[in-house]
Amino acid sequence: MSNPSKPVPRAGASGPLDVRIDSKVYRAADGTRLTAIDALAFTAAAGSFTALIGPSGSGKTTTLRIILGLDADYAGHVVLPRPDARVAAVFQEPRLLPWRSVEENVRLALPPDRIGAELGPLFDTLGLADHRTRYPGELSLGLARRAALARAFAVEPDVLLLDEPFVSLDEMTAGRLRVLLAEVWAARPTTALMVTHNLREAVELADRILFLTERPARLRGSVELATPRSGRDAAWREARLREIDAAFPGIL
Amino acid sequence: MPLVMPRSRQQRHGSSAPLTLLSLAALVLVWWAAAAIAHSRVLPPPSAVLEVALADLRSGELPFHLAMTLMRVGLAFAVAMTVGSAAGIALGLNRTADRIFDPWLILFLNVPALVIVVLAYIWFGLNEAAAIGAIAVNKIPNVIVTLREGARALDPALSEMARVYRFGRMKMLRHVVLPQLQPYVAAASRSGLALLWKIALVVELLGRSNGVGFQINLYFQLFDVAGILAYTLAFVGIMLLIEFLLVQPLEARATRWRLRPA
Ligand SMILES: Nc1ncnc2c1ncn2[C@@H]1O[C@H](COP(=O)(O)OP(=O)(O)OP(=O)(O)O)[C@@H](O)[C@H]1O
Ligand SMILES: [Mg+2]
Repeated sequence: MSNPSKPVPRAGASGPLDVRIDSKVYRAADGTRLTAIDALAFTAAAGSFTALIGPSGSGKTTTLRIILGLDADYAGHVVLPRPDARVAAVFQEPRLLPWRSVEENVRLALPPDRIGAELGPLFDTLGLADHRTRYPGELSLGLARRAALARAFAVEPDVLLLDEPFVSLDEMTAGRLRVLLAEVWAARPTTALMVTHNLREAVELADRILFLTERPARLRGSVELATPRSGRDAAWREARLREIDAAFPGIL
Repeated sequence: MPLVMPRSRQQRHGSSAPLTLLSLAALVLVWWAAAAIAHSRVLPPPSAVLEVALADLRSGELPFHLAMTLMRVGLAFAVAMTVGSAAGIALGLNRTADRIFDPWLILFLNVPALVIVVLAYIWFGLNEAAAIGAIAVNKIPNVIVTLREGARALDPALSEMARVYRFGRMKMLRHVVLPQLQPYVAAASRSGLALLWKIALVVELLGRSNGVGFQINLYFQLFDVAGILAYTLAFVGIMLLIEFLLVQPLEARATRWRLRPA
């Protein structure tokens, strides 16, 4: 198994992902203001996997949308690893085009230099090989999530953002998908930021976990997980979970 | 790839076809009986109508006038769908433009077809362009309203996905926007064809020297009901053929992703 803590260097120097949101205020139609994010700053090293954990409504999706460039109405800055960095996202819902097959959905997302790319190994890894020609409406949620993952990895992004990618799946399916995610990510490590409510998930996948406060979001603290993923057995995970629960009560 | 329809749909189509035929046969029968009882020149039996239709078919007159009307309907349809879709999508996506032009739209929706036709002939002359333009203008507000509704209903989640993956304009239009608008385009074209040919007849009656409308006016002056019915039914038949052979298969193709059972 490859060692995920030693990322394969990418062509074209890649820096860290630098995020600093001094404030994000939503204005409702009736004029009321809602401060979603107060002060949130972090950097993610190139090729590292960061998990973002926070209470519901604390501004996690908002943070990802700002990094994705979908929301420019905030104070602060986002510096991507390189000026024209390629960003991919796995949204909270799969967001596939229902009128295009799984393969078409993935291919449509490919940037010009990857058109016609060989996708066989990726589909194989994710167990989608038999579903390439099917429409999203014919897929279970678990399969649709995999297709969304395939799309994100197929573009070979510099930054990968995942917004609770395994939410509302049964624990077994979610567990299998986590293993798949770890696998495709290890094959080509990319700077990843994953929002999750699931501390176990974070302990399994991440190099670092960031904890957010209640809304308006601030950084509550962070935990480094230096052990390579291959060395994270059940005992190790339980020990980390207990440590984290002691340091940040109420999350587990 | 064969088209697999969900069972409910198949059943609906399968069982309704004989019933439709039966119902139409009953209508012809009622007509025949009424004509026999009335025994009048103004209510000819189906056989008399068929006779006129066959005679005009042999002389080539019927196909010629049908073709002229069909040509006008076809061109007006293309113009109305293109202009109406573009304007409708623009208004659906741009709230300011929508607020500015909404009153115009309401106004045009309420101008009677006859007024538009008459004004078109007065302003642009008794020519083909004015005729086709007048037919199209009658339909455009309708298309705008339908497509505006469709553009408003576009899923922002998919647009965001497309932005993240940097879809270009054409890719966005072809793979994200148009498939979502397809049901609205289908609705607009359906109601469009039905409306267009009725207006086309008025246009021909008022200012053209050929077409189904012109012929009906001619037969009206002769008080020849068989002729009127022959031309009307022939054209209705053609519109039904277009619906069954063109519109429905196209629609089935466009929605095949939805019809396949999970
Ligand atoms: N478009 C919007 N307009 C107004 N308020 C919004 C908007 N989007 C989000 N909010 C509010 O901002 C806050 C943060 O929302 P966000 O979606 O970022 O939370 P989250 O951490 O992703 O929550 P969850 O874990 O439930 O997904 C919430 O209180 C939400 O109601
Ligand atoms: Mg969220």
